[in-house]
Amino acid sequence: MASISPYGKRFISYLRREQIRRLLSTRYRVDGRGPEQVRDVEIKVGVVKTADGSAEVRLGRTHVVAGVKVGLGQPFPDTPDEGVLVVSAEVLPHASPYTEVGPPDESAIELARVVDRGIRHCRYVDFKKLTVESGRAYVLWVDLYVINDDGNLVDAANLAAVAALRNTQLPAVVKDETGIKLDRNNKSPLPVETAKAPVAASVGKIGSVLLLDPTFEEELSLEGRITFTFSEDKIVALQKSAGHFTQAELETALDLAWKGKERFASALKEVLG
Amino acid sequence: MYFVTPRQLIFPGDVVATADSKVEGPVYLDNGRYRSLVVGLVEFRDDGVVIVPLEGVYRPKKGDLVVGYVTDVLATGWEVDLRSFMPAYLPVSEALHKHVDLETTPLTTFLNIGDVVVAKVKDVDLTDEYPIILTLKEERVGKVESGTVVEIAPVKVPRVIGKKGSMLNTLMELGCDIVVGQNGRVWARCKDPRDEVFLASLIKKIEVESHVMGLTDRVKAEIENYKKTKQQAAV
Amino acid sequence: MKKSPVPLLQNGLRADGRAPDQMREINIAVGVVSNADGSAMVSYGLTTAVAAVYGPREAHPRHLALPDRGIMRVRYHMAPFSTKDERKSPTPSRREIEISKVLREALEPAVVLEQYPRSRIDVFIEILQADGSTRVASLTAASLALADAGIYMRDLVVGVSVGLVENTVVLDLNGLEDQYGEGDLPVGYMPNLKRFTLLQLDGAWSREKFLEAIGLAVKGAEYVYQKARDALKNRYMSIAEEIHGR
Repeated sequence: MASISPYGKRFISYLRREQIRRLLSTRYRVDGRGPEQVRDVEIKVGVVKTADGSAEVRLGRTHVVAGVKVGLGQPFPDTPDEGVLVVSAEVLPHASPYTEVGPPDESAIELARVVDRGIRHCRYVDFKKLTVESGRAYVLWVDLYVINDDGNLVDAANLAAVAALRNTQLPAVVKDETGIKLDRNNKSPLPVETAKAPVAASVGKIGSVLLLDPTFEEELSLEGRITFTFSEDKIVALQKSAGHFTQAELETALDLAWKGKERFASALKEVLG
Repeated sequence: MYFVTPRQLIFPGDVVATADSKVEGPVYLDNGRYRSLVVGLVEFRDDGVVIVPLEGVYRPKKGDLVVGYVTDVLATGWEVDLRSFMPAYLPVSEALHKHVDLETTPLTTFLNIGDVVVAKVKDVDLTDEYPIILTLKEERVGKVESGTVVEIAPVKVPRVIGKKGSMLNTLMELGCDIVVGQNGRVWARCKDPRDEVFLASLIKKIEVESHVMGLTDRVKAEIENYKKTKQQAAV
Repeated sequence: MKKSPVPLLQNGLRADGRAPDQMREINIAVGVVSNADGSAMVSYGLTTAVAAVYGPREAHPRHLALPDRGIMRVRYHMAPFSTKDERKSPTPSRREIEISKVLREALEPAVVLEQYPRSRIDVFIEILQADGSTRVASLTAASLALADAGIYMRDLVVGVSVGLVENTVVLDLNGLEDQYGEGDLPVGYMPNLKRFTLLQLDGAWSREKFLEAIGLAVKGAEYVYQKARDALKNRYMSIAEEIHGR
């Protein structure tokens, strides 16, 4: 196991890269947006009937589905009085011409972990309410499925996870001779505090321009990339991936991400209620 | 304008001079100033400042004399290892003086895997699949049949040669054939194989003590001592 | 939030007696793995990371190489005996996979990869002892190992962590503070070019505390940078002696 520099398969022509850069210097993007605009967001919940909770997000042409399955298990040793959250992500082989078949690669793992950190720290879900009895707790398995990758998977996946949790029904716990188990005929909504919903907004850097919600092509041209996750007025997760930022750029990116978050949050509000 | 002093240690990112100054060695321009790319020593020479790296892999230049190991036999030439991060290629046309019929004569007749060659770098082109092209069509290069090869850090090669060849001349007093490859390989052949072992230890000593003063004199003294001891033993 | 077994902040001092803006004892040695092209060992308090660099060398197989620049391969791994209580399984965890990526992306902006076409630079980092801030200690070690190997770098990269403990911004989290504090912010910084190449966060931070933390991280990084320079100087001590002797 090691992390290797991406070696060339994702291709963008020099001409296209220059076009993106030149347009941006006039604060214009190939799809007509300004740097501070995000694409149209569409969020639907309850799309997977076999899941305990689910949601589907379309951000431009990026398409992510999140499914939640509730289970029973042991709490983590350092949080014995809390339920468990496990977030996984898979970028499906057909999500782009470049995706490989195989287990989740480092980008998918990073995606899952960033979404996980956002949910874990913000008290959108009160994990303390998810213990069952001593040594047993509810486990929330959140699986993120990227169906089409047109850039900015993390913001879309985060919205999907948050909406899917809102849509989740917790099966009741029953005790019988064999032990404790879940009864899916007797369900109640997973309690979530919608005001605390974590929302991620990613910022990319091309030249001296910072932009929100990069497309797949723009991602191939980025010289820097950073994602901020907010809950209420706090930053609950942050991940810089490629490139570098000065202190001044960080502050500008933070404020720009906040603007992006506001737009995503209003789309989410319609679904969360 | 220079921001450094003679014989100063310098680190990656340190400012060396303004862009209008004369600076040689591994540096880059950032906002009108030269910055160092390596850990190195600053040397003030008559025509400007030179950054001398203290570590680093061999970076081939056209005209370098090198000592290489043949590592593969290909269709029209040989792959040669130079201890660099780029592979080197010796085409048949650069190895042999007369025309050879490749249909009937296998290339292994001339050079095979494991052979040692002293060669000159004919060309360096980073965009080629084999960026380094070697040639044997020069004076005093060619396949090496005997002797020993000592490996040192490429950055220490100038010290083994010395100012105006002073160190190399001193080493020659042992009476051996010596070729110093720019790629950090020194080939030597002495009449007495024990001399080869002694010479190897001397070269390693030069590598370790390269920046200590009076090294050439000390090496000279060791050679004198060695010769004396040998004479006495022979008596 | 989990409750700490001991108070994390009392009378302005942290559980281990440090002031909020104080780093643990730093130990740095360069050139510790003789077979490697470059190496370094860095300790922040008990946290110890060893980094070894091999390269640049020819990238094999060839189809994994880039024709116009080098590629980097970075591995962050924790030794099974490095963690405090339970043995850590040697199988790479998702955390180690993510950190390997984050460290690679923190080093790439500093290395002039265009100088090494079709080559690969390997960076192997092993955590021997873990007591918080392992990834940032790794970053400092990796950057020094690359410089020790003579690889062209625009600047060194220095790692420090900042955190939130009892609503106070603190520098260089130890294991206890990492586990029980309210926030953790690992930072990687290029001291001459003044650029951030590693930045992550978890917890709950206000905008003000976040900006304050970034400022403290820069100060901490500059302090570690001076220690790193001293370590590099020690490595070439004989030259320094000669310089003074003249």
